[in-house]
Amino acid sequence: MRDVAIIGVGCTNFGEMWERSFRDLFVEAGLNALEDAGTRGEDIEALYVGNMSAGKFIDQEHIGALIADYAGLAGSLHIPSTRVEAACASGGLALRDGVMVVASGLHDIVIAAGVEKMTDVETGVTIDALASAADREWEGFMGATFPGLYAMMARLHMHKYGTTREQLATVAVKNHHNATMNPKAQYRKDITIEEVMNSPLVADPLRVYDCSPITDGAAAVVLAPAELARKLNDAPIYVHASAQASDTITLHDRRDITTLDATVYAAKRAYEMAGISPKDVDVAEVHDCFTIAEICAIEDLGFVQKGDGGPATEEGMTALGGKIPINPSGGLKACGHPVGATGIKQAIEIAEQLRGDVRERQVNGAEIGLTHNVGGTGGTAVVHILSVNKR
Amino acid sequence: MAVARLWRHIPARYNLIGTECQICGGLYFPPRTTCPTCRRDGKIIERKFKGTGEVVTYTIIYSASSTFRRQTPYVLAIIRLDEGPQLTGQIVCNPDEAEIGMKVRPIFRKLGEDGSSGIIYYGTKFTPLREASK
Repeated sequence: MRDVAIIGVGCTNFGEMWERSFRDLFVEAGLNALEDAGTRGEDIEALYVGNMSAGKFIDQEHIGALIADYAGLAGSLHIPSTRVEAACASGGLALRDGVMVVASGLHDIVIAAGVEKMTDVETGVTIDALASAADREWEGFMGATFPGLYAMMARLHMHKYGTTREQLATVAVKNHHNATMNPKAQYRKDITIEEVMNSPLVADPLRVYDCSPITDGAAAVVLAPAELARKLNDAPIYVHASAQASDTITLHDRRDITTLDATVYAAKRAYEMAGISPKDVDVAEVHDCFTIAEICAIEDLGFVQKGDGGPATEEGMTALGGKIPINPSGGLKACGHPVGATGIKQAIEIAEQLRGDVRERQVNGAEIGLTHNVGGTGGTAVVHILSVNKR
Repeated sequence: MAVARLWRHIPARYNLIGTECQICGGLYFPPRTTCPTCRRDGKIIERKFKGTGEVVTYTIIYSASSTFRRQTPYVLAIIRLDEGPQLTGQIVCNPDEAEIGMKVRPIFRKLGEDGSSGIIYYGTKFTPLREASK
């Protein structure tokens, strides 16, 4: 197997973009990534695109061909294009598929991308589409919503470990603050603990400000074999690990409702592959679809002991300048969560952090970064470890 | 939605019929055709659950999809059945009453409907187990 590098990145602004279509968003991200990489369409050998639910959000399937067509990679170049789906982990999985196909030697230069257009339907339809990340027959039909499932995780985490409502709110406050320094973020506005605690209830104990928003956006990276990367681009970022794990689709069947075993196993595999331990990670983008999700993530990734996620967050360990800055982009919470694009956006944030390209939100001296992307309530988890150093 | 999608699950939804693996003794709800522990070596038979159990965790849903919007706020819980398996279901009670560890019993209720002219579907919800209701 060959080592793989990210040689170019491109991302749209995240937000409610009523004037832009699904295909407009994708094309912008893809062209920016190619320009950043210094490559051309003729160099691309394959395209992988993460997308959760275009069928429900814009009544469109066959996304691979649509995107290849509008990116100018289909009509004359006929490049193979594949859509990848694992609910909210679709983007992370597209990145992993791109990494695997380059590592295998089958292709040299490929695009891994993600896109979601979520605001072309009314909110009720969006809530229902997101609920399809869980088990429709045995959770959805019973009245479970996606925030409702995470709310049950939060309630039990609070009960078992004494995690407080304020500690949950601290995650949102931190991520909103990070997003004020990210020009592409959906919410570039500081919020207070009181604002979180007084926002309307969505699924008790989770409130509006505990939840990631509904977002349009797209993101793309260009991948190449590590041995070619320096010839193509002067600031490649190397992929030291790409790992994935599955778990039961229903939350109620898990070994422990407050632990995402898919995260635990994907992380364990990734650390082994990279030959590092959690303490070696300088910066991470984790899947904070809800505030409780970031607390579980930092525990399950091994940054803190199980149950210590709340106090660690409250003490500033995960803030910029803390021991392990988490979600410098603003995370899903404040940068926004265009579901299929999120896993790719996380890799872009880490690549830019490692390149030293992100100005005020820069984690100084960061050399190793981690991305963590979750599908559903933890049926899928994908972890990537990126580094400035070639192995 | 085609009627068959709901009709084929009537035994499980109405009467909490799940499965048991005769090789490892594992109990499963909803029913499975393959034992997740023994896989091809397993031997699956039907198993009815009593439906009594306790609340492992719960939430009160305030924002729901269009199907459930009229019912908000409602209590949704993960329930551990007395026999062991866990499931997700609604608890018919005052939201203030819900608590972790609360004992519950099953009740037959309307679960939802497929739009304004589609089929109405039924199944099991739960309610607090009180001395008087035993």
